[in-house]
Amino acid sequence: MTSTGKGVTVCAKVCPAYNTHVYGFDSSLSIPSIFTSSLYTYKLVMTSVFPLLKIGPFNEYPDEYSSVDAADALRNSKVLVIGAGGLGCEILKNLALTGFKSIEVIDMDTIDISNLNRQFLFRESDVGRPKAEVAAEFIRQRIRDPSLSIVPFFGKIQDKPLEYYKQFTVVICGLDSVEARRWINATLVGLVDEELNNLIPLVDGGTEGFRGQARVILPTLTSCYECSLDMLSTKQTYPVCTIANTPRLPEHCIEWANALEWPVHFSGLKFDADNPEHLDWMYEASLKRAKLFNIKGVTRSLTLGVVKNIIPAIAATNAIVAASCCNEVFKIVTNSNPILNNYMMYSGDDSIFTYTFSHTKKKDCSVCGNTAKTTIAQKWWTLQDFISQLSKNQEIQMKRPSLTTSTQQLYLRAPEALEEATRGNLIKKLSDLIEPMEEILVTDPSLPISLKVRVHFEGPEEKPDTISALMSDV
Amino acid sequence: MLKIRQLQKKKLEEAAASAAATADITGNSSTISSNNKITPAQLRLQKDITELDIPKSIKLTFPNSSDLFNFNLSITPQQGYYKLGTFQFTVEINGNFPMDPPRIKCSNKIYHPNIDLSGNVCLNILREDWSPVLNLNSVLIGLNFLFLEPNPNDPLNKDAANVLVKNKTLFAKNVRDSMRGGYVDQEYYDRIV
Ligand SMILES: [Zn+2]
Repeated sequence: MTSTGKGVTVCAKVCPAYNTHVYGFDSSLSIPSIFTSSLYTYKLVMTSVFPLLKIGPFNEYPDEYSSVDAADALRNSKVLVIGAGGLGCEILKNLALTGFKSIEVIDMDTIDISNLNRQFLFRESDVGRPKAEVAAEFIRQRIRDPSLSIVPFFGKIQDKPLEYYKQFTVVICGLDSVEARRWINATLVGLVDEELNNLIPLVDGGTEGFRGQARVILPTLTSCYECSLDMLSTKQTYPVCTIANTPRLPEHCIEWANALEWPVHFSGLKFDADNPEHLDWMYEASLKRAKLFNIKGVTRSLTLGVVKNIIPAIAATNAIVAASCCNEVFKIVTNSNPILNNYMMYSGDDSIFTYTFSHTKKKDCSVCGNTAKTTIAQKWWTLQDFISQLSKNQEIQMKRPSLTTSTQQLYLRAPEALEEATRGNLIKKLSDLIEPMEEILVTDPSLPISLKVRVHFEGPEEKPDTISALMSDV
Repeated sequence: MLKIRQLQKKKLEEAAASAAATADITGNSSTISSNNKITPAQLRLQKDITELDIPKSIKLTFPNSSDLFNFNLSITPQQGYYKLGTFQFTVEINGNFPMDPPRIKCSNKIYHPNIDLSGNVCLNILREDWSPVLNLNSVLIGLNFLFLEPNPNDPLNKDAANVLVKNKTLFAKNVRDSMRGGYVDQEYYDRIV
């Protein structure tokens, strides 16, 4: 309520800054009538299209920029929002109010009562329902715009086929999972072909307590999520020996119950933090441990926080990071102003601090270090034939290549056990082992990065007789 | 998207200039038939596993050879207190590798200052000092080292650590007794020789 209301009021205050007196607005630029058809679209004009009419002071393409094209691009672009949680709610609200007309949203979670303080698209009666669906419904009802389409998907991003991702202009991520981010990053990098077609920008937002970041990833062109993996702070962990022998903090007691006691009592049963009985047990065990060592401060919520590795979410951080991300999506789509190059760090820990820098591409990044190459193989080639050809053809000589696909090991040179297990494949026909165009991952000790290869088969199924084979070699 | 188009153009020109493209590589990748994607964790793990450089005393076995994420490990120390015992471990790597460290557990019940009776291992690089710049090799070397130089300062099995500090001869005897499969201080240990 206040949030959506606020979006409009704030913009209404900003818009007068674009009037004639301040910036010398050219009155010959009239607002296209399509944008003034209703009060609602009028509001949109005020919020997003109106500023597009005047070229931004930092616009990099003043000769090519056209306000009509920019407005069209805004209406015709298709944006995928991944995550409908704390960041996602903000992002969806922002995009819808900015004038994007075609939005899809994916989230695998359902609404929990603890989300309601900041995930403002949800109400108490929605608890238990899928976040993506409720968020889409809420936006639709709030912004009664028949030309706005919000399509929710309740599920994992991994459930969608690769083709699905090709339809979007931009992907914007508000996720709390490193694994899901790595997946979408690798997927978008993988979509880019040798002519750099299918290049879909990824705008990624993340928050942790009072800190956050927004970044723009242009797959294969700029540094990707995987390039910056070692910048991430890893989970808070405690030495096992401290947990086992000399606990001092309530967290040590909880970790003791979680890492050491649970497996002893429930061998083979995976701890599920969302199961109240499991959590009760964990809390009781931690409390007992704390009493034994005279440690205060073990509570049920701290227990949940430690086992789930929860960092308290701050609504304001989400709002700031989401605003920055949506601003980037807007600029990417409309060309109105330069886009972020490429990483903005925000910290509200101690007053407010932001720092923007260009994170450089990692040369040996396992994801964007090089993109998949397509190579041709004869249908009759054995895996051994293929490996020999591959080693010969590469500029960098491979000495001991290992090859796998996402589902099987084709041939691994080491360790011994795997070499033995995969040796039998060498005499099999490659076309029997893999599907055409299936991705093959090639690693070699002499290569700092791994290669991805897709195989296009041609030629006869059976090996031509020796003489004609010799001929074709010449 | 103007900026992106400009960058695309620039990159393609650079690529053309370096003329690296080999003759047999085509640009036709528009039909990706399979939806199976190699995950970032697999990208990294394949490199880690196929390029291990470990002492002969460490052996890897794969119960399911198509699964690189779960395997067994045996360590047969060639010297030190644990000489000629063979210690079995399970290694579990999750989809978030190398952000998350490998999970390693000892499958035998053994007498060791840094390994408890449930098989938990106290090795700093497996927990608080893990970082994605470390690899599987560093972990295996670290684990091997625990058998050459048990560390009584960070104990998980406090009794064993105390004995190691106070009486090295008794510690050596306890290790020998436990490895043969027997009792040490009323605790039964698995036979691993
Ligand atoms: Zn990268």
